Amino acid sequence: MKITATEVRYVADLAHLELTEAEVERMAHDLDDILTHIEKLNELDTANVAPMAQVLYEAEDTATLRADQEGATLANAVALKNAPQAGAGYFKVPKVIER
Amino acid sequence: MDIATLTIGAIQEGLRKKTFSAAELTAETLRRAEQENTRTNAYLTFSGKRAQEAARTVDEKLARGEDAGPLAGVPVGIKDVIITKDLLTTCGSRLLADYIPPYDATAIERLEKAGGVVVGKCNCDEFAMGSSNENSAFGPVKHPQFPDRVPGGSSGGPAAAVAQGTAVVSLGSDTGGSIRQPASFCGVVGVTPTYGRVSRYGLVAFASSLDHIGPFARNVHDAALLLQVIAGRDSRDATSAFAPVPDYTASLTRDVRGLKIGLPKEYFQGGASETDAQIEKGVALLRKQGCEVVDISLPHTEYAIACYYIICTAEASSNLARYDGVRYTSRSRNATTLSEMYRMTRGEGFGAECKRRIMLGTYVLSAGYYDAYYLKAQKVRALIAGDFQKAFQTVDAIVTPVSPFPAFKLGEKVDDPLAMYLSDIYTITGSLAGIPCMSVPCGRTSEGLPVGMQILTRHFNEPGMFQLAAAFERAGGFAI
Repeated sequence: MKITATEVRYVADLAHLELTEAEVERMAHDLDDILTHIEKLNELDTANVAPMAQVLYEAEDTATLRADQEGATLANAVALKNAPQAGAGYFKVPKVIER
Repeated sequence: MDIATLTIGAIQEGLRKKTFSAAELTAETLRRAEQENTRTNAYLTFSGKRAQEAARTVDEKLARGEDAGPLAGVPVGIKDVIITKDLLTTCGSRLLADYIPPYDATAIERLEKAGGVVVGKCNCDEFAMGSSNENSAFGPVKHPQFPDRVPGGSSGGPAAAVAQGTAVVSLGSDTGGSIRQPASFCGVVGVTPTYGRVSRYGLVAFASSLDHIGPFARNVHDAALLLQVIAGRDSRDATSAFAPVPDYTASLTRDVRGLKIGLPKEYFQGGASETDAQIEKGVALLRKQGCEVVDISLPHTEYAIACYYIICTAEASSNLARYDGVRYTSRSRNATTLSEMYRMTRGEGFGAECKRRIMLGTYVLSAGYYDAYYLKAQKVRALIAGDFQKAFQTVDAIVTPVSPFPAFKLGEKVDDPLAMYLSDIYTITGSLAGIPCMSVPCGRTSEGLPVGMQILTRHFNEPGMFQLAAAFERAGGFAI
């Protein structure tokens, strides 16, 4: 086993993801299969390979910086429109600090 | 008019000769799409009002003798991961079942400005994660010709809409094959342009170093024309490319004699694969058109799936963190604390595949594992991209099957995620390298299932890719 139910619960906690007991069990099994396949990468010696974080291609130099000008933004009410709970111009969440 | 056979060119001619108006074409498309949808579930939302308004604008412009744009009156389906202002955009997820975006994606703005008519939002795997369209929270899409089979995924809806004639063209998104694979399964043209060629402003992010927007069409010309309209730099997407957009349709009639095509041995199974046999027929046809065909090797192909499923899940776990029950999504009714709000909203809202990818991505990025997984995968990605770079020193294009097999049965792979992942083997490599690639129809198996031929070429060589695809189409390759 590459991954145990305890580890699945730990990772689910990191991801803020509630899983049922049945899901935990299934997840351990599925992730185990996938992680076993992923081990294949260890066959390759990559000691002298530079990591590729983005697609790179030959291109001329370009001016990627724009002028610092004000543009249109979403109005407060528009930005809040899809919120499950909003009020006084803010997103509302359950109380975080008791007082 | 028969929408199922209409091309962009035929629509322009019909409008010019007043055989039909854009309003009539739109009404007929919507009628047919709503009727067909009970069978295929290709659309999640129809945008009747918006479509009729766009059509009216086109008709008014034409009546005044003005240019109504290269896509004037063309009915377009949009994958539901691309944001449309004031029009429900669900991403195939329960979490966004009621999400009404406040703005349009750049690609939508551009195609509407060109006269295109958005008829609806097409079904897809939840957040574009899947290879069969069975991961949609709103039910799977069924293959238009084989209702017991999948249309492919994750852009199953856009592919099916074009194949069944309820859109003339459509927009999908591709992260590891999500345009090319459903295009091949449904027998239509699907294009994944160079990474950065089309702005992703308004494309709901899945894996940012891999996501693309691209067109579906029933012929090469229409795909090239739609790409022409949506391609080009957009200051709202920092990864969009500055490279000028050439005239894609001008490349379609160019001679292919002397073009050098590579066949990578790693993409052919040998033995009795019907898919391979069709692709070999296609390659023979290209040879007959005067192309030179050579065997090549892309030696790191077998590592692509492992590499891809580390990178895409790592990026997905970060991108999907925004669905937290605060800003866009519904919120769990059972949550009373902040922590419960996050955990329960996500636990109740995400489907099984999204959960799996969030978990795998979080695992590979968790403390102590970064070097072993994410960094390792980025290095292997460089090796895979290097394989292509080396190949393109000697060949102009590479030709392969799109998928090892044609459309499979609904439910066939749904319980075996690894088997599902492995079906993406031929499309993932091009995505990792960020090169342009496309699927063109290449006949059918003995059962009548469409087979797709993949054409891959170097960065920004879309003209060369379309040139080859168009020559193949003219020579009768689609029905070979």
